[in-house]
Amino acid sequence: MNLAAHLPALQVVLPLAAAPLAVLLRGRGAAFMLVTLAAWAAFAVSILLWLQVNASGPISYAIGSWAPPWGIEYRVDSLSALLLMLVCGIAAVVLPYARASIERELRQDVHYLFYAMFALCLAGLAGIAITGDAFNLFVFLEISSLSSYVLIALGRDRRALVAAYQYLIMGTIGATFIVVGVGLLYLKTGTLNLADMGVRLQEMTSHRPVLAALAFLTVGISLKLALFPLHQWLPNAYAYAPSAVSAFLAATATKVSVYALLRFYFSVFGETAVFKRLPMEDLMLILALAGMFVASAVAIFQHDLKRLFAYSSVAQIGYIVLGISFDSVTGLTATIAHLVNHAVTKGGLFLLLGAVMAGMGGVTLARVHGIGRVMPLTAFGIVLCGLGLIGVPGTAGFVSKWYLILAALEKGQWWLVFLIVASSLLAVAYVWRFVEAAYFHAPRADLATVREAPAGLAIPAWTLVGATIWFGLDTSVTVGSAARAAAMLLGGAP
Amino acid sequence: MLAHFVDHFDYWAMIFLAMAGLFIVIARGNLIKKLVGLGIFQTSVYLLYVAPGKIVGGTAPIVAEGFRVYSNPLPHVLILTAIVVGVATLALGLALVVRIREAYDSIEEDEILRRDHAPEVTPSRGEGAGGKVVP
Repeated sequence: MNLAAHLPALQVVLPLAAAPLAVLLRGRGAAFMLVTLAAWAAFAVSILLWLQVNASGPISYAIGSWAPPWGIEYRVDSLSALLLMLVCGIAAVVLPYARASIERELRQDVHYLFYAMFALCLAGLAGIAITGDAFNLFVFLEISSLSSYVLIALGRDRRALVAAYQYLIMGTIGATFIVVGVGLLYLKTGTLNLADMGVRLQEMTSHRPVLAALAFLTVGISLKLALFPLHQWLPNAYAYAPSAVSAFLAATATKVSVYALLRFYFSVFGETAVFKRLPMEDLMLILALAGMFVASAVAIFQHDLKRLFAYSSVAQIGYIVLGISFDSVTGLTATIAHLVNHAVTKGGLFLLLGAVMAGMGGVTLARVHGIGRVMPLTAFGIVLCGLGLIGVPGTAGFVSKWYLILAALEKGQWWLVFLIVASSLLAVAYVWRFVEAAYFHAPRADLATVREAPAGLAIPAWTLVGATIWFGLDTSVTVGSAARAAAMLLGGAP
Repeated sequence: MLAHFVDHFDYWAMIFLAMAGLFIVIARGNLIKKLVGLGIFQTSVYLLYVAPGKIVGGTAPIVAEGFRVYSNPLPHVLILTAIVVGVATLALGLALVVRIREAYDSIEEDEILRRDHAPEVTPSRGEGAGGKVVP
């Protein structure tokens, strides 16, 4: 048996099998070792898959040897390979951090359950990115969603429970909309394989059930990816979840939903059906701009740093959707590059906020006064990530915003360039609120003796901060892969 | 018009159930009632899949003499999966409501929101699960 041929299955099976095993092991040390090893192995698998896709084109894997379109197909192309690498990479960094972090934030007897849920969530997110089957995509979406509701509910604050409940209601409505959409497509085409569905839909893109399916899928996936104004669940969920969970979900969950949207728009319906015959370009442009401005403006007035940066996430989703609305190779390149860049930046930021939580006992702006003096490295890291959110040259955020501006110019919409820069100024304002609290105030008397974050928290966080800078200087991985994926989505070339 | 309605009776039933469920989720403040609405909403979709899978006079898909018209079994299998997902969602939702009841002593949404906004003292749930909470 050739193991290399089964990499696509291993990608999902490794974390999926680790979850029940972690529950059986019960010991928190053993569960941590098992899940971390599974995540690292999954990361290695995703890198191998990415290299293989770059060398020899898309991989199709028939689960249980049932040939597609009858059986479930796992399909790795340049877009899903990038997403898999992102999801597994973030999980591989967050898990070592989680050990030190949940030690402080969760009761010891639930640690093994935390690791099990984390593994399930990783399996679900990786599954969405790799599957080529519409119903399988829904099942993986629910696996990742259900486990993330549990992870959020583990938060110390009792408001975490309400946040998890609200996310459950919104998430389930979104998922049910997706099932309705998939069901209508299945009734029309008689197939669940995404590629096969795309071929069969070409003759009937203006049929009413197909348009209804497009509407259901758009609303359902937009709920999951927190597109303004369907973002209500996100700020509380990120603010009250345990720090490691905030970082992992902020970096991956919404990004994978963006992937699902891209997959349905460009691989199933086809860009002519979505963008040429329907006013989707204008609709998405308006929603993206509203998200960029409203969410950034709301972020400026938050007192809790986790909530502040959660609203910033909604605004950044706006940039990602803005790229889709251009319906051009440059626009999609910007979208996919920003997907990765923002995941790395926001992941690092939430990991650093977890270190602040551990040191200062909270992340309200009043509490982090003078953190630049007592935890200088952590504060500096947050500023670096903040610069990444603003899009200062030399950080990852600049690269993707640059491509967004290029895409806007390509379309001749120079006024959009001003709006992109103006919304970045709002980002300056909310990042400045942290800078002011951190460097221009004296620390509270009882917090003046706080020490710098321990290595267990600092090293994973700085790995992602380092990646933010690295992707700002060397764009061959991010923009290179993004450009290939964008060309594939629009041109049909692998 | 009436013939159209009768021909597509299953779809009308589905739409009615979906709207009723969604309305309960939006209009009710009681967390349990919201979950009931969510359950109805999810169940309505099962109908969308299962109803077209049945053909009058259709048999199981058997390749043999005398079996010409058959019903597609795949939608039923899919919905079996969706039912499992629905059960898991409902169980998790109810578990969350139990924990919310322990932490807030209420399952009314506006009451819970009011309790969070009233005091500026950060409410904490003691040592995590199930602890008594002093507001």
